[in-house]
Amino acid sequence: MVEISPLIKAITNRDSRAIARAITFVEDGDRQADLILTGLDPVLIEKATVIGITGPPGAGKSTLTDKLISQYRNQNERIGVIAIDPSSPISGGAILGDRIRMMKHALDNDVVMRSMATRGRLGGLCGAAGATARIMAGSGCSTIIIETVGVGQSEMDIIRLADITALVVAPGLGDDIQAMKAGLLEVADLLVVNKADCPGAEALAMDMETVAREKPPLADNLARVCLTVATEGRGIKELSEALARIDYLQRQGDEHVRRRQQARTMEVLDWSLEMLRPGLQDLINRHDVLETGDPRLLAAEIIKELMNH
Amino acid sequence: MGVNERKKRVLIAKPGLDGHDRGAKFIARALRDGGFEVIYTGIRRTPEEIAAAAVQEDVAAIGLSSLSGGHNRLFPAVIEALAKINGSDIQVLGGGVIPTEDIPALKEAGIREIFTPGTPIEIIIQSFQEACDLHYRHRSA
Ligand SMILES: Nc1nc2c(ncn2[C@@H]2O[C@H](COP(=O)(O)OP(=O)(O)O)[C@@H](O)[C@H]2O)c(=O)[nH]1
Ligand SMILES: [Mg+2]
Repeated sequence: MVEISPLIKAITNRDSRAIARAITFVEDGDRQADLILTGLDPVLIEKATVIGITGPPGAGKSTLTDKLISQYRNQNERIGVIAIDPSSPISGGAILGDRIRMMKHALDNDVVMRSMATRGRLGGLCGAAGATARIMAGSGCSTIIIETVGVGQSEMDIIRLADITALVVAPGLGDDIQAMKAGLLEVADLLVVNKADCPGAEALAMDMETVAREKPPLADNLARVCLTVATEGRGIKELSEALARIDYLQRQGDEHVRRRQQARTMEVLDWSLEMLRPGLQDLINRHDVLETGDPRLLAAEIIKELMNH
Repeated sequence: MGVNERKKRVLIAKPGLDGHDRGAKFIARALRDGGFEVIYTGIRRTPEEIAAAAVQEDVAAIGLSSLSGGHNRLFPAVIEALAKINGSDIQVLGGGVIPTEDIPALKEAGIREIFTPGTPIEIIIQSFQEACDLHYRHRSA
């Protein structure tokens, strides 16, 4: 059993062991997480900006994140990174490789990085990522980047956690981009065309400009599409400036508050489902009439039973 | 324990200068298929970088791979780097082209297990399992 209040103190003091342990409590659904989360500084959490970076595999999200970290570090900001990758649905295991592109920051105590697997949870992931972002903010990170692969529903939910979402695309990924256009383009605040050094980038950028124009802008002359060459660090300064501008505008108006509120609602629902799951599973396991009847009706019955407990 | 079953988290790293990581990737995939969450950090890492990443990721164990003959220096250097940042409870295992006569000194230095090209993958997975179990037992004690 770990004592909680020294842990909160150590998080505030930016101790990387304590931060990591607190995140594990959150990820494993350990009750000790409750006390830690209650003890974090709400002012730091409010001030921190959460940036979602999403897009198809191979678009350059991790490389871009690496360069953004350098950019923020140059401005003397402490930064958090949550890199999410899917778990194998068969084994439940995962290979989390986003760190490979960010290892040059490994010895920088002001870059707090955590790899996270989706763990196939229906709820829970978004809660775990949200709480992790708050722990990072509570340890003094002023910007927190969440990198996810933008394909599935759970990734979409994570993106709703963010204050700002950048969608990264790159030429040569073809169908992937077509497939995700529908949902993701709608939630993205900024479209990043990476690999601008590769053929097809110009055409892709024009395509993205057309899409971007369909959405009402936060302000006039606000960049909606950024061109980058992440491997060479080109366009990174412009990208970080665009993100800062969006953040500024959202905080000036009521958009920032609206998004935080929406994220809170979603996270509460997510945690509720996660906390209900074991009890439900238990009830289902103990139910002896499950062999017959329609599953939907049985579910209704089980919920009724749960409510009466 | 909490709501979820505890996930076994391990980090696979390749210290030293030799450039290919087929062996490390093979182990990483086998561990994933065994239900582990594997943080993979790529080639040419310093012992200090590996230790810092392991602490941030809160892993139970580190697997080191070496083909270039640097293991006698690099593997113990990871143990020392962990000690410096208060991470000595993280178990360290190593594998690669390692002569039998080097093994006792490596174990003496704190490497829990050494695997050679002949070690069956089931044994390797089992060793990681045991290393994780030991670590998590200490953690909740
Ligand atoms: N040519 C080119 N390659 C890039 C660029 N950015 C990233 N890459 C490469 O694209 C591959 C995937 O990058 P990664 O950051 O891992 O993509 P992710 O899967 O979206 O995180 C790597 O081999 C990178 O070196 C770029 O701007 N131009
Ligand atoms: Mg990535």
